[in-house]
Amino acid sequence: MNPLARLLEAALFASNRPVPVEELAGLDAEASPAAVRAALGEIQDTYQANGHGVELVELGEGWQILTRPEFTDAIERAQLAARPHRLSGAALETLAIIAYRQPIGRAEIEEIRGVNCGAILKSLQERALIDVTGRGEGMGRPLLYGTTPLFLEQFALRHLEELPRADELAVTLRVEPRAI
Amino acid sequence: MTATATQVGEPFVVELQQFEGPLDLLLSLIRDERVDIYDIPIARIAEQFLARIQTMAIDQAAEYLEMAARLLRIKAQMLLPRNQSDEAWEDPRAELVRRLLEYQQVREISDHLARMAEDRRSRFARAWLPSQSIEPPPAPLSLSLGELLAAVDRVLRFAREPHLHDVVPRPLDVDGAIRTIRAVLELRARARWYDVIRPSAESWEVLSALLALLELARRGELRLRQAAPFGSLVITRESSGQAA
Repeated sequence: MNPLARLLEAALFASNRPVPVEELAGLDAEASPAAVRAALGEIQDTYQANGHGVELVELGEGWQILTRPEFTDAIERAQLAARPHRLSGAALETLAIIAYRQPIGRAEIEEIRGVNCGAILKSLQERALIDVTGRGEGMGRPLLYGTTPLFLEQFALRHLEELPRADELAVTLRVEPRAI
Repeated sequence: MTATATQVGEPFVVELQQFEGPLDLLLSLIRDERVDIYDIPIARIAEQFLARIQTMAIDQAAEYLEMAARLLRIKAQMLLPRNQSDEAWEDPRAELVRRLLEYQQVREISDHLARMAEDRRSRFARAWLPSQSIEPPPAPLSLSLGELLAAVDRVLRFAREPHLHDVVPRPLDVDGAIRTIRAVLELRARARWYDVIRPSAESWEVLSALLALLELARRGELRLRQAAPFGSLVITRESSGQAA
């Protein structure tokens, strides 16, 4: 690997969070973002070609070195690291609504889900997956929620646009409307 | 109406816990019955919906009951006679269908998110944590020997000789305190707490004086008054006690 790729590898190894390209470019005054991207590609290829236990992944608006999924069970058995808890179905539904409709208030979320969401919003906020991003107009100026950078990170998304477009989703129940 | 509309629904076997809400249950019924979402046989679906929520604990059923009421209202609206040529007629099921489709979409997105989260869960990142939460160590003390000795001197000056054991032959002297109080009240009709107790009194003296005051008040020789809690105590001689 070239010197820039080695420098980036060291920086990514030292960081505990995804590092954006702009930040990586700051490591070397002479490195352009394009050169950084090329070097990141080189690291990725090296990890792939030489058979490493880790890989370089782009997620959460940055780049991060992660272990390969096939070693997860062994690592967890040895208690070296633990997988985070799975989110409940209710929490995922709520997150899905917020991700697509943000900024969105609690009443609107509850209207779509048909159930009370107060406790779930609180726990999602505690897990820093969502945050209050503003206040709505209307009665009582309701709190509006949006997703956080940690949401992208925990769902291995580069940006929100990576979510499937709403109209691309196959709505399995949708059939040709007929005259009633 | 679809051909399956006459079929009788299967008996209730599923746990309601598995549903995320009334819309989820409704979608599941529609899927199980293989009915057209745009032409829901509302009477049959409403009936099955009610059958299922009857097994629920009532405290978690509120949202389901609201949906049940909505279904029954739609059912009633469907029964109203209407003119076939009435252009203004709106299908009472339209709003429900819109919500079901919207909710179905949310379910698909959350399934998608679940797959992505599962993929990310199976990869570990570095566990190193930034040290910003650790407070910087305190700066080393800059102190001269003279300052240290002066500080020791100050401490020793105020420290009293330790009392390892205090033998009190008579822990309380109520009789003595009664004599003191009577002597004070002989000279003046009104007195205060500090007239009957010396300023640096030890705790047994304070306690003796207090018991003596209460005893004399009980005997009617004096009257005690305290305007406010922890306020100053006013001791007044009782005229009837003069003779004592």
